[in-house]
Amino acid sequence: MAGLGGGSAAFGRCTHAVVRALPESLCRQALRRAPGPEVDFARAEREHQLYVGVLRGKLGLQVLELPADESLPDCAFVEDAAVVCEETALVTRPGAPSRRKEVEAMKRVLESLNLNIVEMIDENATLDGGDVLFTGREFFVGLSRRTNQRGAEILADTFKDYAVSTVPVHDALHLKSFCSMAGPNLIAIGSSEAAQKALKTMQQMSDHRYDKLTVPDDAAANCIYLNIPSKGHVLLHRAPEEYPESAKVFEKLKDHMLIPIANTELDKVDGSLTCCSVLINKTSEL
Amino acid sequence: MTTEVGSETEVKKDSEQLGPDKAKDNPEEASETPENQKSRETSSEEAQDSSSVPAPTSQSSPSSQKEEKASPESKGISRFLPPWLKKQKSYTLAEPKDETKKRTTGEQQVVEESECQAPDRVAQPQKSLEEAAAENQHNAKADDKEEKHSVSSAETQPAKEDGKEMEVEKVAKEKEEKQTEKEKRETKEVQTAEIKPESIPQKSPKKIKTVQCKVMLLDGTEYSCDLEKRAKGQVLFDKVCEHLNLLEKDYFGLLFYENSDQKNWLDSSKEIKRQIRSLPWIFTFNVKFYPPDPSQLTEDITRYFLCLQLRQDIASGRLPCSFVTHALLGSYTLQAELGDHDPEEHRSDYISEFQFAPNQTQEMEEKVAELHKTHRGLTPAQADSQFLENAKRLSMYGVDLHHAKDSEGVDIMLGVCANGLLIYKDRLRINRFAWPKILKISYKRSNFYIKVRPAELEQFESTIGFKLPNHRAAKRLWKVCVEHHTFFRLVSPEQPPKAKFLTLGSKFRYSGRTQAQTRQASNLIDRPAPYFERTSSKRVSRSLDGAPMGISDQSLLRDFPATGGQAAGDKIIDIEAAGQAKLREGGREEDGSPVKTPQLELTQDGKSNSLRVDGENIYVRHSNLMLEDLDKTQDDLLKHQASISELKRNFMESTPEPRPNEWEKRRITPLSLQTQGRHATRAEGPCTGVSDADKSSHETLDIVEEKKQAEVGIEETLVVDETNKGKMQVATDAGETCKVEHLSKKDSSSLPSDSSSSSSSSESEDEEVGEYQPHHRGIEEVIREEQEEEEDMKRKEHEEKIQHVETTPEGSKLNVPVEHTQVTAEDFVQENAVTIATEEKNLSEEIKQDLGEEKEEEQLKLNGDVSHVDIDVAPQIICCSEPPVVKTEMVTISDATQRTEISTKEVPIVQTETKTITYESPQFDGSAGGNAGVLLSAQTITSESISTTTTTHITKMVKGGVSETRIEKRIVITGDADIDHDEALAQAIKEAKEQHPDMSVTRVVVHKETELAEEDEE
Repeated sequence: MAGLGGGSAAFGRCTHAVVRALPESLCRQALRRAPGPEVDFARAEREHQLYVGVLRGKLGLQVLELPADESLPDCAFVEDAAVVCEETALVTRPGAPSRRKEVEAMKRVLESLNLNIVEMIDENATLDGGDVLFTGREFFVGLSRRTNQRGAEILADTFKDYAVSTVPVHDALHLKSFCSMAGPNLIAIGSSEAAQKALKTMQQMSDHRYDKLTVPDDAAANCIYLNIPSKGHVLLHRAPEEYPESAKVFEKLKDHMLIPIANTELDKVDGSLTCCSVLINKTSEL
Repeated sequence: MTTEVGSETEVKKDSEQLGPDKAKDNPEEASETPENQKSRETSSEEAQDSSSVPAPTSQSSPSSQKEEKASPESKGISRFLPPWLKKQKSYTLAEPKDETKKRTTGEQQVVEESECQAPDRVAQPQKSLEEAAAENQHNAKADDKEEKHSVSSAETQPAKEDGKEMEVEKVAKEKEEKQTEKEKRETKEVQTAEIKPESIPQKSPKKIKTVQCKVMLLDGTEYSCDLEKRAKGQVLFDKVCEHLNLLEKDYFGLLFYENSDQKNWLDSSKEIKRQIRSLPWIFTFNVKFYPPDPSQLTEDITRYFLCLQLRQDIASGRLPCSFVTHALLGSYTLQAELGDHDPEEHRSDYISEFQFAPNQTQEMEEKVAELHKTHRGLTPAQADSQFLENAKRLSMYGVDLHHAKDSEGVDIMLGVCANGLLIYKDRLRINRFAWPKILKISYKRSNFYIKVRPAELEQFESTIGFKLPNHRAAKRLWKVCVEHHTFFRLVSPEQPPKAKFLTLGSKFRYSGRTQAQTRQASNLIDRPAPYFERTSSKRVSRSLDGAPMGISDQSLLRDFPATGGQAAGDKIIDIEAAGQAKLREGGREEDGSPVKTPQLELTQDGKSNSLRVDGENIYVRHSNLMLEDLDKTQDDLLKHQASISELKRNFMESTPEPRPNEWEKRRITPLSLQTQGRHATRAEGPCTGVSDADKSSHETLDIVEEKKQAEVGIEETLVVDETNKGKMQVATDAGETCKVEHLSKKDSSSLPSDSSSSSSSSESEDEEVGEYQPHHRGIEEVIREEQEEEEDMKRKEHEEKIQHVETTPEGSKLNVPVEHTQVTAEDFVQENAVTIATEEKNLSEEIKQDLGEEKEEEQLKLNGDVSHVDIDVAPQIICCSEPPVVKTEMVTISDATQRTEISTKEVPIVQTETKTITYESPQFDGSAGGNAGVLLSAQTITSESISTTTTTHITKMVKGGVSETRIEKRIVITGDADIDHDEALAQAIKEAKEQHPDMSVTRVVVHKETELAEEDEE
């Protein structure tokens, strides 16, 4: 039954994933917080395909891949365009004006999945999905440059069952730039001051006590946890080549099936693992 | 000292009695000050509340003592009675059952007497009228047999606490002696307090006043009954629960609405009429404490009522949920109420009669129906369980929301729940303060404050203020917090603030059972699952929404004969009585006038007391700094007025500042050194540094109260002859120390005594201030969360309150806990008044008395050094800095056995086996002259028959650069005649010597108040 996520047992359950192909415009036009090395598009595509391949092939998800839109250089980062929890999908209003149109395709695909769609039409509201951390029990919404209070309120209105707590985010693009769920009750968190501060805030705000998994690198703290019936706990994390120290930490998770995924190129434009997919648990019923 | 039966309670009473006596003795004082009257009234009201009070004990008259021995219930009155009244006394003895009546008459007479003595008192006719009315009611009550009946039933069940007070005799018999004693005390107080105009008709006894009550139940039906007008909330609540066949009733409560939207919980320990201001009496039966895990409820019927409540909450929108959840919960509702989906019977629109959501759509109904089909086979009870399993996960489940503004005027919501306090802005949770994180909860006027434990790496706690729409709202929120904290976090209820001495503010405490207790009790439920019929929520849905019960319901109103004025509700009306009642109510309505307040409080206390007795609250610990009504001053205080006023001024000035309001910052930077310095200057008022030490056994009661300078003056009185030099390393260089710490520790044995206190608080609005310091003892094991930091410093078990004030460099090394409370001098004054007027605990009272006026002292006074000072174990730190001295103290209380206190080496910590009260008062300029600083510590040891109070007065003087500290300790041993005073004295001296080998005993005073009330000096 669907009720309220069904507790931790159902956390991470996932049947569908929405991804989007990389536009070539990403290399030059994608937003980035700081100038840096140029994106190797070919390599980026390979990495992305590997990513999608893991979801589809290895984990057996139904992957819905949207075509790239060259006019939307950041369109591959689908996470920011929608927040899906159970049967409800909130189509966001991304904080970056250049990304607002990304949601259109997202909305269509979500509609095709028969989800209850809620659109964020308030022009004062902005919300990037990358600022939304759903723990299975509650939401934390990072108040960042991309997400504002009003956006968070709409999220709270959309997912009324859950507490929605706000977390100020400084020195990072998104809340999930330095944290993510690594298990049903486990928050992976980076070591930076900003990350630790945010974690403290989250701990204070929650009635629940989460375990934490601290990794040396903020970027590595962004991982994807899935609960796949035939495989149990699955964790997609950044490859050891990228973040060897952090990878070691993940390797201590004995109960998890660990899948290292390189993300070197998108990382240059602030893309992380969770950014590239919207995960949906579609129960046959309902 | 009265020689009474041996419980500590008695001692307290005595002390309390003393207070009233005092009042009598000095009629001029009492009569002249309005405040006095107030206090009196208070006491009188108390007496009323404890209508069942047996005849008061007379300490002074020999005959009365005899009576006391014979029957505790009859104590006290005699003393007040003029000789010509003595007959009655004897009568009383002879017929204990009629005591109530007699007492009433006695009271009246007493009143008259008092009038004679102090005509001035008559000055406030209103109050007296009120009292008279109360008496009348009392009489009526006595006559009322139904009442008795109910009472008796209540008595049988420990759970039912009400009615105890109502019926004196029975209660007295069944109750433990302490209660009896308490009642006595109350009686006494009443006597003193009562001022009666001749006009009071007391002869009206035969009429029983009843009031019709209507209670809207969760299933939408209405329950009505007639209640004796003076019935307490518990009586009604029990009736309702009985009607509902509900045993696990502690999760529930009765609501009444004032102003249509302000919901208030009926306090079961207080009289209904004192809480609800208008007729008719209409209540709503509701869930008060939402069990976090409904599956742990024992009975299905309890879950059923919880379901009904939640359905209301959901349908009304109070409990928001998503579409899917609405549908799911709705489907369980259908399953529970209709059973399996039957295609034949359940056609298309069978669902639309139900209301599942505030905005119910066709789509939702379809979804509900669809889901309903999937529940086939679930029994109603199972469906309810499933319903609850889902509902409990809703984020707003069990969250009681209150509108407020933050320091910047931004609208927010404060949500009180099982785990703590949640702060919402719009729908977003922007902060959260778990109970363990909260050191103190207080309100002042329309402001609500929480003091938060320092975060890691922070040294100071911060205080966060919120602005509530009005004073009542602030108090309501405060009470809800106190209740939730107690219910969910404590193993047993805290005792109401016991020490009047240094406390101000509301004495309100949750007096019911805690969740832990109710669970325990539920385990004992041994009955076949009761059959009950599930009413269709269709009906419920209609009455949903917000304020249920139509207060506007015309039929109800019709039911009540319009008898004019306030008395309309009374079915039987004694004209005179009615008139009085009116008066009373009128007075009341103005505000909850001060007078009223005290009454309520008393009642409650009594109640709680009984509770404790029934339950196993063996240990209670609480540290409270309570602030109460301002403005009421007692005569006693007059002397100190000057100094107080100054303090007051300081206070007022300082008040605005203290509130670091930026809750948004999440942690407000606690007062830093600089700040503190400022505070000091301002004469930061009462500080509560409480450190509770819990005993693992939980038998300890720790109370630490710190007060302001204002109190200093009073305390000075306490100065003891003995001096111990060099002992005190604590030096307050500055002449002014502001804080007084009051530590009290109690053992289980002492519990009874604690309960007895509580006179001053009430529901009235007068209380502008209330404080509550949550201690988490019972649950600490469970919750370790945020306490670690401080725990180290203190004992592991109890963190409680540590406040660090850094005033001086010295301070830095020492741990100085300082709480800054904003209590105004007024408050302080008030408190004193209250204290004096209504006494509570033996020890505290004694102390108070001593402080306030030493006339009353009885017992043995031992002036010597500090008897129980554990320097090693509990180091208290008092730091004094420069002229504006801020004192910080850590008060730690520990069991005698286990001491891990935090104390500073220099400050002597007083440990008592049972109760320790330490207060430190710095002297301020205005008062007491030359001494630089005074540290007082008082400790009270209470055992069954004896209570020992030790007060320590520390004076530091700076002479030509050399500072010298004197410790003067006074030990007061109070006990029954039965105790061996000599032995007790010897023991006390011995203990003191052990701790302070070089101390010397300067004076020993034996004060006996027996029949002869003789006094010896040795």
